[in-house]
Amino acid sequence: MSEASAHALEHHEPETSTGIPNKKVLMWAFLGSDCMFFGTLISTHLIYRKISATVGGNTLDVRDIFDIELTSFSTFILLASSLFMALAVSAIHKGNLSSTRWMLFGTIIFGAIFLACQVYEFTHFVHVPGNELTLSSYRGEPHVFGSTFYVLTGTHGTHVAIGVFWLIGWFVYSFTGKMSTADALDIECCGLYWHFVDIVWILIFPVVYLMEYAF
Amino acid sequence: MATESIKYLTPETETKLKSKAFPRPHQNTSGIVNWLTTIDHKKIGVMYGLAALFFLILGGVEALLIRSQLWNHNMEVLSNREYNQMFTMHGTTMVFLVIMPLSAAFFNFIMPLQIGARDVAFPRMNTLSLWCFIAGGITLNLSWFFTGGSPAIGWFGYAPLTDTRFAEVIGDMGPDFWIFSLQILGLASLLASFNFITTIINMRAPGMTMMRLPVFTWMTLIVSFLIILAFPAITIALVELMFDRTYGTNFYDFLEGGKPHLWQHLFWIFGHPEVYILILPAMGIVSEIIPVFSRKPLFGYGLIVFSGAIIGFMGFAVWSHHMFTTGMGIVATSAFSILTMLIAIPTGIKIFNWIGTMWGGRIRFETPMLFALGFITMFMVGGFTGIMHSSVPIDAQHQDSYFVVAHFHYVLIGGALFGLFAGFYFWLPKLTGKMLNEKLGKFVFTLMFIGFNVTFFPMHYLGMIGQPRRTHSYNEGHGFETWNQIATIGAFILGVGILIGVYQFVTAFFNKKLKDAGKNPWDARTLEWTLSSPVKEYNFARTPIIKSRDQAWENNYGPKENHSDKVPLDDHGVHMPDRSWYPLVSGLGFLGLVLGLLFHQSVDANTGEILRDYTYAIAGGSIAIFGIIMWSLEGPAGYHLFPKETEE
Repeated sequence: MSEASAHALEHHEPETSTGIPNKKVLMWAFLGSDCMFFGTLISTHLIYRKISATVGGNTLDVRDIFDIELTSFSTFILLASSLFMALAVSAIHKGNLSSTRWMLFGTIIFGAIFLACQVYEFTHFVHVPGNELTLSSYRGEPHVFGSTFYVLTGTHGTHVAIGVFWLIGWFVYSFTGKMSTADALDIECCGLYWHFVDIVWILIFPVVYLMEYAF
Repeated sequence: MATESIKYLTPETETKLKSKAFPRPHQNTSGIVNWLTTIDHKKIGVMYGLAALFFLILGGVEALLIRSQLWNHNMEVLSNREYNQMFTMHGTTMVFLVIMPLSAAFFNFIMPLQIGARDVAFPRMNTLSLWCFIAGGITLNLSWFFTGGSPAIGWFGYAPLTDTRFAEVIGDMGPDFWIFSLQILGLASLLASFNFITTIINMRAPGMTMMRLPVFTWMTLIVSFLIILAFPAITIALVELMFDRTYGTNFYDFLEGGKPHLWQHLFWIFGHPEVYILILPAMGIVSEIIPVFSRKPLFGYGLIVFSGAIIGFMGFAVWSHHMFTTGMGIVATSAFSILTMLIAIPTGIKIFNWIGTMWGGRIRFETPMLFALGFITMFMVGGFTGIMHSSVPIDAQHQDSYFVVAHFHYVLIGGALFGLFAGFYFWLPKLTGKMLNEKLGKFVFTLMFIGFNVTFFPMHYLGMIGQPRRTHSYNEGHGFETWNQIATIGAFILGVGILIGVYQFVTAFFNKKLKDAGKNPWDARTLEWTLSSPVKEYNFARTPIIKSRDQAWENNYGPKENHSDKVPLDDHGVHMPDRSWYPLVSGLGFLGLVLGLLFHQSVDANTGEILRDYTYAIAGGSIAIFGIIMWSLEGPAGYHLFPKETEE
């Protein structure tokens, strides 16, 4: 990038009262709001897990359907994707475009693997022989576990999917030759979102999956 | 707006992509394109206001139909179901399409001027909020024309009223319209709030510290935080309800393991902060008006600000007082009862500070002040009955009676609407550059004040003698007739008052006979009054340097060292962002997505199976995504304006 255009961009980056860029404040406000989205969903799940703990007279034991090895693997993959994201943000700040591109690519791939695991989970759980978990029933009996489980993890999956599409947008953009350190702020905001979605999964994984194995 | 004296300069920055499909309109564009593509917070505020006033008339007609039905025992003005639809639509319209957007209109127009900003932080996102709000209003009112008519479930939509199996009409789409319109209205409110938070935190003029912010701006900030923290609860509750109705989940289905009680909790976790979302803007407006018309600084500024913040914070901890009769158990009930009593304290602090501001002041009883005083007195009546309801045994008696209807109308009409009308009479001269007719204004106030009290005061008594709310008709022999007839007469007086008020506001924009307002017709105190009326499109020609809380007042009367410095004009001119079509395109996309989802189901005539067709939803969603992608690629761009040396 030439010095002249760098100057022009500097001129148009407005000074803010706090010194924090506007987009970052926006992103943090959105993440605060998103906490309440997931807070509502997770509370719904936990409340129903406690008060609807039986199905057809027997204790509800979802260990029969969960595939904890697979979910642990996908959790690891999602956490690892955060490393790529952090490296991508660091690279764009340093102006290393090629590194940014491939770190973004790594984040996309790991995000996609996580989504693929979730798609497998969803399609598999509905058909576990004798233990079908659908949106409205478990083993053919009406139950609310499927409702809360699918809607909670599905909302998280939707967040991951939106993040993946956002990252794909950046990845494609990196080939246009227009990407520069001026985009660092936007990529950093994308990173904030991605890390947040990871943190939410760090909460969901123990609360929805691991706790089923604790007792 | 007077821009002839100003020369335009082409943008310094290159846009990332120049679109041929929706080229950016030129800045001097006029007519409908001017309004459809604007990103100016002032024009957006005007559009919010006009749309909300339209919905105010619509919701008012619904209210008058309800009152006509209750004129006498066993009336048949409306059928049973129509009556349920009316109170549902009246409530939903007044909360989401009238009070909230009217507040948003003031947030948009006034707040950036009060903090010395050129615009909000994200002007195009601001436009998208407007179009989402309009799309939500359209979606809600489209419900009248489809299967089952509009929703008949109350504005609270309690489960299991929303359960498809209990629908009065097979395939009733009313609740679906209700769900999707609230979702898109929620999106509008969330986007607007993110914008306002960023603007207030980040775009204050030099010297405008947080404790120098005008109280109205403080209330904007607090309300925005309430919105971003409260709306997610209703969004998720509505998502769960949508899944229940469309995909057969069991969240609120008590026959299959769900708990209708959960809906009430989620609804009121949103619903109670919502009450403060409705009232705090009016409190902010009143806090601006009372000092001006008492010619004294606001008494106890810090206390008023902190009380507002505490009300916002505690507003999240009192939701279950809407549910005292559901049987939550003694501990929960007592806790929510005590917290509800406590929240009266910060509210009381505010009222005493307003009285303290007036004490010893030189009070001028002009229309804005009359409405502000009406606000204080009427809000106090509503507040007192509110404190009564914090007591569980009293609440159990009042639950679902007309007493409650009286209570919240005192808060929402006598409170919120009077406050907003005060704001109109106070700030419209700043918008239009013309003073409103004072005599007509006082006439409107008189009609509204009398009509309002005649309507709602008798409802206290009606509730005490046992008239239930949300009930289509009553039998002879209860002694309900007289007071209902008085209330109905009052409602029509109130309706006429509001109608004349709305007429006065709308005609103010083109009535040539009105007197010029000048910069500061009320001798007011805050920064927006240092600007010419109407405000120039660039707001501030030079960055204002803030040295005290009431800068406009200090400039006129304060000691020399408190005067705002007149900094020289910037050689670069004022940087203005370009217009854009994409907020409108994205807004239409969201509307298409919502309508596509609403109509994606059909029933196979032969087999009775449910068929799903997502084509239209996907098409709408694609338009929205296309709009957002193009939006980010076109960038804010911009051009420069060069105001004259004489401009403020």
